[in-house]
Amino acid sequence: MKNLLVVLIPLLPLLGFAVSGLFGKRLGKSATGLLASGMVLLSFLCAAALAMLHFRTGDSAIVVNLFSWIRMPGLSIPMGLLVDPLSLMMVFVVTGIGFLIHVYSIGYMHDDDGVARFFSYLNLFTFFMLVLVLADNFAVLFIGWEGVGLCSYLLIGFWFKNHAFNGAAVKAFVVNRIGDAGFLLGLFLMAMTFGSLSFAEVFSRAASFGSGAPAITLITLFLFIGASGKSAQIPLYTWLPDAMAGPTPVSALIHAATMVTAGVYLVIRSNALYALAPLTMAIIAAVGLATAIWAGLIALSQRDIKKVLAYSTVSQLGFMFLALGMGAWSTGFFHVFTHAFFKALLFLGAGSVIHALSGEQDIRRMGGLRKALPVTYATMLAGTLAIAGIPPFAGFFSKDEIFAKVFEHAPALWAIALAGAFVTSFYMFRLFFLVFHGEFRGDATAKHHLHESPKVMTAPLVVLALGALGAGFAGLPEIFGAPHWISDFLAPVTGRGESHLSHATEWMLMGASVATGLLALLFAWVRYGVKGRVPAEDASVTGVARWSLGKFFIDELYDRAIVKPLFRFSAWIHDVLDRRGLDGAVGAIAGISPWLGQQVRLLQTGNTAFYLFAMALGVFLILFVATLR
Amino acid sequence: MGPITLDHYVFLSAALFCLGVAGVLIRRNILVMFMSLEIMLNAVNLLLGSIAAFRGDAAGQVFVFFIMLVAAAEIAVGLAVMVMVYRNTGSIDLKDLSNLKW
Repeated sequence: MKNLLVVLIPLLPLLGFAVSGLFGKRLGKSATGLLASGMVLLSFLCAAALAMLHFRTGDSAIVVNLFSWIRMPGLSIPMGLLVDPLSLMMVFVVTGIGFLIHVYSIGYMHDDDGVARFFSYLNLFTFFMLVLVLADNFAVLFIGWEGVGLCSYLLIGFWFKNHAFNGAAVKAFVVNRIGDAGFLLGLFLMAMTFGSLSFAEVFSRAASFGSGAPAITLITLFLFIGASGKSAQIPLYTWLPDAMAGPTPVSALIHAATMVTAGVYLVIRSNALYALAPLTMAIIAAVGLATAIWAGLIALSQRDIKKVLAYSTVSQLGFMFLALGMGAWSTGFFHVFTHAFFKALLFLGAGSVIHALSGEQDIRRMGGLRKALPVTYATMLAGTLAIAGIPPFAGFFSKDEIFAKVFEHAPALWAIALAGAFVTSFYMFRLFFLVFHGEFRGDATAKHHLHESPKVMTAPLVVLALGALGAGFAGLPEIFGAPHWISDFLAPVTGRGESHLSHATEWMLMGASVATGLLALLFAWVRYGVKGRVPAEDASVTGVARWSLGKFFIDELYDRAIVKPLFRFSAWIHDVLDRRGLDGAVGAIAGISPWLGQQVRLLQTGNTAFYLFAMALGVFLILFVATLR
Repeated sequence: MGPITLDHYVFLSAALFCLGVAGVLIRRNILVMFMSLEIMLNAVNLLLGSIAAFRGDAAGQVFVFFIMLVAAAEIAVGLAVMVMVYRNTGSIDLKDLSNLKW
C-alpha cells in the first residue's frame, strides 16, 4: 500500500503529461487544465495519505526499489525511491504549490493557443521534480535534475516564435549544463571513492574518511557547482533573470518555488558529506552571502516587474546557501519552505498585474492599481511583507533564524547579511509602491482595460497569501517556547542543530532584523509613496545606479570573456580543423580516384588500330611469359 | 624433297597465322582486315586438322567443323556491322572509326 502510494506520487503527473500532451487538443482547454491540475492534486493527496500512514507506523524512511537500473562490477544502481521527512516535505511543497499554480494557469493561459502543450510541460516538470526529490540515490536524482532542466528550457521558450525568448531558453540550458558538468564530475568521483551512489551507503562510508578529507572536499565542491548552476548562485546566476521570458506561472513554479531550490535540496540531502568538508562550507557561505547582496543591489533599479522578482529570488537563494554554509540545514530548508509560498505568491500576483495590463511589465507604466485589483493588492502586500521579514509573516521567521545562525558563527557576516535584508525590503516595497500606489502612469486605453483577474486566478493567490502569513509558524523560534516543528520533523535527516545564543541576544537579533525591514519600508514609502518618484529613463541614469541598472554588466563581461572567445574558437575549429583539416584530408583521398581515372582515360584514344596493336602485343607478352616458365 | 610431315603443316599454319596477324595490324580497310581474320581462323583449322590426322583422333576434325560454323556466323554479323558502318560514315576505313574515346 505504502509502496504503491510512493510510486503513484511521481507517476500521476507523468500520466497527466502523456494524456494532455497526446490528446490535449481534442480535450479542449478547460478539460486539459483540469486534468493537469487534478493529477497534481491527486499526487498531493497520495503524499498526504502516505504521511498519515507513515506517522502511524513511525518508520523514519520508506525505500522502494523499482528495478535494478545499472549493474556492473563494483557499482550497482537501483531505480529507487526514498520517502523520508525531507523528501516528504519537498513533495508537499512541489505538489501543493504546484497544484495552486496549475489552477492559476487555467485562468492565466486561457487565451493562449498552446494550452495543451503548456499543461503537458508543467505536468512533466512536476514529474521530474518529484523524481528529483524522491530519489534514493544520486543517479536517480540526476535524472530528475536533468529533467527539470529540460522542462525549464521548454517552458522558458514556450512562446517560441519570439527569438529573444528562445535565446533566454538556450542561455538557461547552457548555463545549467556548466553546473551539471560539475555535478557529473562529483558523481563520478563519488562512485570512484565510495563504490556506490546510494545516499545511505555514501553517507555511512564517508563518515570513516574524517573531516576535511580531500576526496570529500572535492566531491562536495563539484556537487556545489551543480547546485549553484541550478540555484542561480554566483557565478552562474545570469540565466535566472532571463528565464523570466517564460509565462509567469512558469516563473512562479520553476524559477521561484521549486526547481531553483533543487540546489539547496541537494546540499541539505548531502549534509552528511558537507559536514565533513569545512572548506566547502566556507565557500558556500561566501558565495551565498555574495549572491544575496549582489542580486539585491541589481534588483534595486530594475524596471521590469518580473526581473525585480527574479533578482530577489536569486538573492533569497543566496540567503538559503548562507544558512547552509553555517551548517544550519533545517534552517536552510525552512527558508526554502516559506520562500516557496511568498515567492510563488509574488510571481502569481505579478502575473495578475501583467494580465490586467494586457502584458505590460514595466513598473514605470503601472501605479495606482490598488483600487482596480483589490485582491491582488492585498495578497501582494502579504507576500511583500513576508519577503521583507515583517512579523508575523513567514519570511520573518525563516530569515530571522538564518540571521541567528549566522550571528552565532560569524557576527561580521551577520552585519553584511543584515544590509542584504535592508536591500531586500527596500526593493520589494519600491516595487509594491510603484505598482499599487500613486497615480496610474499608463495610457488611457490601458486604464480603461484594467480589471481584477478571474476567480480561478485570485483563489490561488488567497491560498498562497494565507501560506505566506502562516507558513512561518511551522518553525517558531525557541524563545517563544513553542516547538520548532520543521526542525523536529527533519531531525532524522539533518540532525538537530543546537543554539548557543542567549535569549537576550536572540531578542536583540530579532529586533535588529525587524527594525531593518521597517526602516527600508519607511525609506521606500517616503521615496515612492509620498514623493511619488518614478524610475528615470534608462539613458539618464548615471553613476552607481547605472551599474545596478546594467546588472553590473556581468552579462556583457561573460559575453566578452567567455561567449565571444568561445564562438571565435568554434569558428576557428570549424574553419581550420574541420574544413581544412578533416574535410581537406577526406577530400584529398577522395580526389585520388578521379585523378587516376583522368590519367587512365587518356589511353582510350579511339584509334582501333592502336587497340589491335595493344591486344596483339598483350597476347605476345602473355605467351612470352608463359614460355619462360 | 622428302615426304610431307607434320612439321610442314605446323610451319604452314604458323606462317598463315602470322600473315593474318600482320594483315589485321597493318591494313586499314576493314574488309581486308576481316579477310586477314579469316586467314587466322583457317590457319588454326589447318593445324587442328593435321594434328587430328597425325594422332588418328577425329576430335580435332570435329572441332574444325565447329570453328567453321562459328566463323560463318561471325562473318554474317561482321558484314552486317560493316554495312551499317558504311551507311553511317560513308567509308570502311579504320581511321574514320575513332569516335569511341574520352
